[in-house]
Amino acid sequence: MDTNQYLELFIEESKEHLQILNESLLKLEKNTEDISLLNEIFRVSHTIKGMAATMGYTKVTKLTHEMENLLHVIRNGEVKINSKIIDILFESLDKLEEYIDYINENGEEGDLDTGKLVKSINDIINSKFDFENNLNIDEENIPQIYNHDKYVLNLISKAKEKNLYAFDIDVSLSSKCMLKSARAFIIFNALEKIGEIIQSIPSAEDIEDEKFDLDFTLTIISKLNKEEVKKILLSISEIENIVIQEIESDKNLIEKIEQNNKQIDDSNIKQPSIENNLNKSKESKKMGKTVRVDIDRLDNLMNLVSELIIIKTRMEDKDGIREKQNMNEAIEYLERITTSLHDAVMKVRMVPIERVFNRFPRMVRDLSKELNKEIKLEMSGEDTEVDRTIIDEIGDPLIHLIRNSIDHGVESPEKREKSGKNKTGIVNLRAYPDGNNVVVEVEDDGNGIDADKIRNKSIEKGIITQEIADMLTNEEAINLLFEAGFSTAENITDISGRGVGLDVVKTKIEAIGGTVEVETIKGKGTKFIIRLPLTLAIIQALLVNIRDEIYAIPLSSIKEISPVENKEIRKIQNQEIILFRNKTLPIVRLDKVLGFDDVLIKEQEESIAVIVKKGEKEAALIINDLIGQQEIVIKSLGKYLNSVNHLAGATILGNGEISLILDVNSLF
Amino acid sequence: MDMINRDYKNQYVIFNLDDESYGIDIYNVKTIERISNFTRVPNTPEYIKGVINLRGEVTPVIDLRVKFGIQSKEIDKDSRIIITTFDEKIIGLLVDSSSEVIELESEEIDNVPSIGNKNIENYIDGIGKKNGELILLLKLKKVFDINEMI
Repeated sequence: MDTNQYLELFIEESKEHLQILNESLLKLEKNTEDISLLNEIFRVSHTIKGMAATMGYTKVTKLTHEMENLLHVIRNGEVKINSKIIDILFESLDKLEEYIDYINENGEEGDLDTGKLVKSINDIINSKFDFENNLNIDEENIPQIYNHDKYVLNLISKAKEKNLYAFDIDVSLSSKCMLKSARAFIIFNALEKIGEIIQSIPSAEDIEDEKFDLDFTLTIISKLNKEEVKKILLSISEIENIVIQEIESDKNLIEKIEQNNKQIDDSNIKQPSIENNLNKSKESKKMGKTVRVDIDRLDNLMNLVSELIIIKTRMEDKDGIREKQNMNEAIEYLERITTSLHDAVMKVRMVPIERVFNRFPRMVRDLSKELNKEIKLEMSGEDTEVDRTIIDEIGDPLIHLIRNSIDHGVESPEKREKSGKNKTGIVNLRAYPDGNNVVVEVEDDGNGIDADKIRNKSIEKGIITQEIADMLTNEEAINLLFEAGFSTAENITDISGRGVGLDVVKTKIEAIGGTVEVETIKGKGTKFIIRLPLTLAIIQALLVNIRDEIYAIPLSSIKEISPVENKEIRKIQNQEIILFRNKTLPIVRLDKVLGFDDVLIKEQEESIAVIVKKGEKEAALIINDLIGQQEIVIKSLGKYLNSVNHLAGATILGNGEISLILDVNSLF
Repeated sequence: MDMINRDYKNQYVIFNLDDESYGIDIYNVKTIERISNFTRVPNTPEYIKGVINLRGEVTPVIDLRVKFGIQSKEIDKDSRIIITTFDEKIIGLLVDSSSEVIELESEEIDNVPSIGNKNIENYIDGIGKKNGELILLLKLKKVFDINEMI
């Protein structure tokens, strides 16, 4: 079979499933008793196995098969989940990701070695057999205790009062069963005739959607006793095995209610959020190079386009338009539509920031293990929407900031206890919209940043002199963090602190038109605040003349525009500078930068300077003439010219000509 | 080169440059344009003529004369820009004129002999012969090479 056309689909879906696997594993680590999570993991790896087998990727199939074996023994309670097993499952996940990535790039599996991994999986599975041999006889009789929630337990106790029976029924369908959900439906029906089904694991909907493997568990209340129920069920075909277990008497039950209360409350709170997360991720995950669009948004777009067509016909109707008033009306209408259209199209490009966030829980887990710190990552505002292009750019800076918080911010558990803090450090990742911006915050409750330490370090590194250091306020000193070549970690670690730290973050964020600030309270914690524009595609810009060419300077980096007298410009060590509002600014002659010949046009007394800022740094760009402010659409220069010095892209002007956009950050 | 999905085999768009005929595999040609408004792009090699507005897309244009080391010439009514695509990149090639598409059988294509001009030779894949005329077939991979830019 030619599977090429399905390749893309396979990769997309696999990635989606791997993400679910990742989330479920993280949750399982925290809550190792949760059978439903285990079932979810089992289901997902089974799906991946099936898809890979269809596509003929034998290695992926084999690995997922081994995973399934492992999961199977865990699910049967033959092996207890411990951190080693979780690590192995994570490792398998990593390997699967590598496979999928390789397939994505090369269309084939490659020859990644999983021998070691498979061996450790098998070791665990085999270890179960020793265990099993010892307890062989008991195993059959160990009643499997299901977690019933309060509601179900209440129902059961009421049933008992009325002398009804309550059972947990484990049904295993035959592996040959073709229509699992239909078979399950028959079982449901049969049971409903003799009693009431009060709980089903997985849920009835999931069973209906065939979201289960071969087994499911029902809790029923019935007048009939165990044997009679069993007889009825065994009359249904395609059932491999049935285990019926009567639920204990009242007294035990009430104890159990109380005993389970706490645990149940926990799982009750967690349960919905898990499902929510899964649902959410199902909606937003499938986005390789594509954007999934809500149909409402497309409908809105469609409506606007039809309005556009109406206005077009109206303008074509020359008779009606003869009067000037009508014309003006029509133009106003057109303006309104284009604005709405702009909004609508922008919304189509927006995706939830969750896409970036969802890789962090795993990262934080791994890092805190590596550093022996206890860290909890709290995230909020995952559904905040930003432009697709920003999503791609924001990942690395955020990874950097979170690593920083974990490595430098949060102290070791011992240290935290000494200073009276909770042993577990909290890293908070927040996103929320704020006017025309989206704000992303990374906050930790660690030790904060010591301004004096930074002063000393900067002097040591030669970034500033002692005199300047003394003059700086604490805030200014802390901002030195963003200078190139700065790293305060006393021990350089693997995680951060290689001296290419925050300056990279700042450059990257500024490159997409954002800003980054830091707030810190010593001993209490540090907060990095990133502000991002909602979209990259359309910006406000100042159009200027440089010689006879038109260039656009993004308004976001302009501080002010001012005439400067040429005699105020001084030359120090081949660099022209000017004293402007008590600040020394370097002069950048744009015509020189942009490769114009050095022919001096007649020496004027005054030049126009555009004062631009890059973080704290400022510079004066000398231009020839101002044209005006305009909203421009940013276009890339194409793949061929993608990294031309000093240019950030191009835009098309009203008259159809192209004007280039200056990359201000690269000029000084 | 990518040989899958090729419906039209061995067809070449022919263009002229300094009285020499050149051919580009038609598979790589999108359109042929007459545009004279270029926006110069600073800090690029001399042979980058600039960028043009191709129906809303910013498209770079290479002056093939300069690229091949031939004296450049004013744009006139015959000048054409051949919009070509290779390896997902799109570039316009400024040529003196372009008018026809021809078919070449594989036996009509020879290897590149030494033609003296090393500068041009680098960019040639083969030589086609048709009706007694010689057609230099362009090696687009080389023309599109980014490393060549520096």
